[in-house]
Amino acid sequence: MNRRQFVSMLAAASSTSLVSPNRAFAVPGGPIKVGLMAPLTGVAAGNGKEAVEGFNLYFAEKGKTIAGREIEILVEDDASNPNTALQKARRLVEESKADFLIGNVLANTGIAVAEYASTSGVPYFIPIIAADDLTQRKRIPNVIRVAGFAASQLSRPLADYAYKKRNFRKVVTIAQDYTFGHEQCGGFAQTFSQLGGEIPLQLWNPLNTADFGPYLAQIQALKPDAVFASELGADGNRFLKQWSAFGLKDSIALLGAVNLTDQAVIRTLGAEAEGVITSAHYAEGNDAPATKAFVETYLKAYDRLPSLMSFSFYSAAIWLAEAIKKVDGKVEDRPAFLKAVREVVLTDSPLGRPVHLDEYGNPIYDIFIREVKRRPDGRLWNVPIEVYPNVSQFGDVAPETYMKQPPYSRGFQGVKKS
Amino acid sequence: MTRNSRVILSLVGVAALAAVPAFADTYRTNLASEILIFGVLALALDILVGYAGRPSLCHGAIFGTAAYTVIYWVSTGGSLWLGVILAVAAATVLAAVFAVLAVRTTGAYFLLLTLALGMIVWGVCLRWTSVTGGENGMRATLRPDYLTSPGAFYYMVLAIFILSAALMWRVVHSPFGLSLRGLRDSESRMRALGYAVPLQAFIGFVISGLFAGLAGVLFAMFNGFVSPSSVALSQSVSALLMVIIGGAGTLFGGLIGAGLITVVADRVSVVTDRWSLVLGLLFIATMMVAPDGILGFFRARAMTQGGLPDESAEQRRT
Repeated sequence: MNRRQFVSMLAAASSTSLVSPNRAFAVPGGPIKVGLMAPLTGVAAGNGKEAVEGFNLYFAEKGKTIAGREIEILVEDDASNPNTALQKARRLVEESKADFLIGNVLANTGIAVAEYASTSGVPYFIPIIAADDLTQRKRIPNVIRVAGFAASQLSRPLADYAYKKRNFRKVVTIAQDYTFGHEQCGGFAQTFSQLGGEIPLQLWNPLNTADFGPYLAQIQALKPDAVFASELGADGNRFLKQWSAFGLKDSIALLGAVNLTDQAVIRTLGAEAEGVITSAHYAEGNDAPATKAFVETYLKAYDRLPSLMSFSFYSAAIWLAEAIKKVDGKVEDRPAFLKAVREVVLTDSPLGRPVHLDEYGNPIYDIFIREVKRRPDGRLWNVPIEVYPNVSQFGDVAPETYMKQPPYSRGFQGVKKS
Repeated sequence: MTRNSRVILSLVGVAALAAVPAFADTYRTNLASEILIFGVLALALDILVGYAGRPSLCHGAIFGTAAYTVIYWVSTGGSLWLGVILAVAAATVLAAVFAVLAVRTTGAYFLLLTLALGMIVWGVCLRWTSVTGGENGMRATLRPDYLTSPGAFYYMVLAIFILSAALMWRVVHSPFGLSLRGLRDSESRMRALGYAVPLQAFIGFVISGLFAGLAGVLFAMFNGFVSPSSVALSQSVSALLMVIIGGAGTLFGGLIGAGLITVVADRVSVVTDRWSLVLGLLFIATMMVAPDGILGFFRARAMTQGGLPDESAEQRRT
């Protein structure tokens, strides 16, 4: 056999192997298929695991039947890679016949799947994907942030708190040098600068910075009132340790974006994390009954306090369950289902405060200013010390005006040049 | 085997590929499109790896540059088809620049130099946020209405695959293609025969880059999304693995490699999250059983069983 024969044979063989033996069609009345995507391998594997745990916990508690229909959760690993995420999204929708998609953790995987959602029309819910533009300049009607947030949304109230309540006037920012860091930092920097505060220096460290020494030295030289840090994952852990080891903990106040004192970071830390102030749409130390109940259940099930991932995916599960009840289980009617999702007002969720969506598909939150404190059992957690009600992704600015400014980046932080 | 039966068999192969959308559901049709797109990339890379004897680790970057170019062009309001031409041109120009820098080296030096060049592109895509969207990447709906259905898109990809495969086949079987093989087997002898070795390698690199760019454009149209992971080292490595597993220097081995890797990754990931482990074992097994790749293996067997020696097959063992 020569090459041509072989190629032809192979072509024939591959085309037959591609033929689907069983074409599944969604039968109304059958189970509602939920396509849950999370990074179970790759750089965000730890986060992905907690996301799946959070989502599953709800159904483990409340049962897998809503409005008379069984809920079937199909979990796919996006491998922390956008191209893989896209392929898995296709498989979930086209092969497994998922009724809607939810999940992904890294912004680029979410944006990739959002593009697929925009062309295929499948409802796609993003409790963690925080890339601002997904619900702003480049929004897609069927992509909704159920129990999610826009990156710059959460850090704005913190700037207000820093300026008005703590009377900080000079703040240095340090953030991971990629889009999520740029956006989180931008929300803080713009608000703080508009209030009249001074931002003499903005530092950008590459992802996976082992040594923050050079940055901390620069900060020390400037003697700011406070530092705003947006560091997540291992960077957050190293930053807090080095911040404390450098002796800055007692001389300069430390403010942070939600992830800096997330359970994923502070779980393994001790005194170095105590007293750090961050802002978020939830706080595991909140004494609202729903939050307390969730934290206790989670602690019992997994022997650790729930992180942002668990909070977001658990709350997203409540959100979707409410919407499914509203449409009486008929999720196949996409416009009606999406409408129901948009109309849900989350009242009794672990997030602690009522939540509803703005018309761009992003939630409006009561945002907590949180401080890291020690629990009686020795674990660290975030306790609310202040609440900012009704914070939208656009801050105090009208959406149309807001979206005229460019997206936050290293080059644009909305800081007024003095 | 006569020329006629070759033509007939090629037609049968094409007919089989053309029948895919009729039998496969949309997901499998999309998967087949993806295989053909990576097939174009692997065939392009094989010109360099299998024929010019220069394994490159920057083809992912060339591929991704084309994807970035067309998505950027369309997202800033440009027309798709002009964007396609610009993207292929951008990839070709990038390949030319890389070629100038890299063709005088061979072996491990060529590998490392192309690796470094590819990493530069990746770094630029990651950091030039205002244009590339940084880590988040860029999205734009590229496909015109008549190409939105998986079937229609598949046929377009298939047509482009056949056309580019035919062109590449023509290139490697032309006198120029033979001189590339001469480079692979003995550069000093080619130089002694009066060939301008760097120029030959340069032209081979640029042709390879052009088709890699074409694959990048198709990939951008397929996904409507591009991010630094499309220009990253892993993309280059996966293309190189497709070539090697299918059989370097066999041209069409690349399609087999693309098909095998894509299908195995897809099916195994249904069963386990550790699918990359299975792929790794598959690579090791292939290298132990068939160091010349799958197509190379069958071709060698066909020869020992008295089949007619196919062109170049015996030269491949060096």
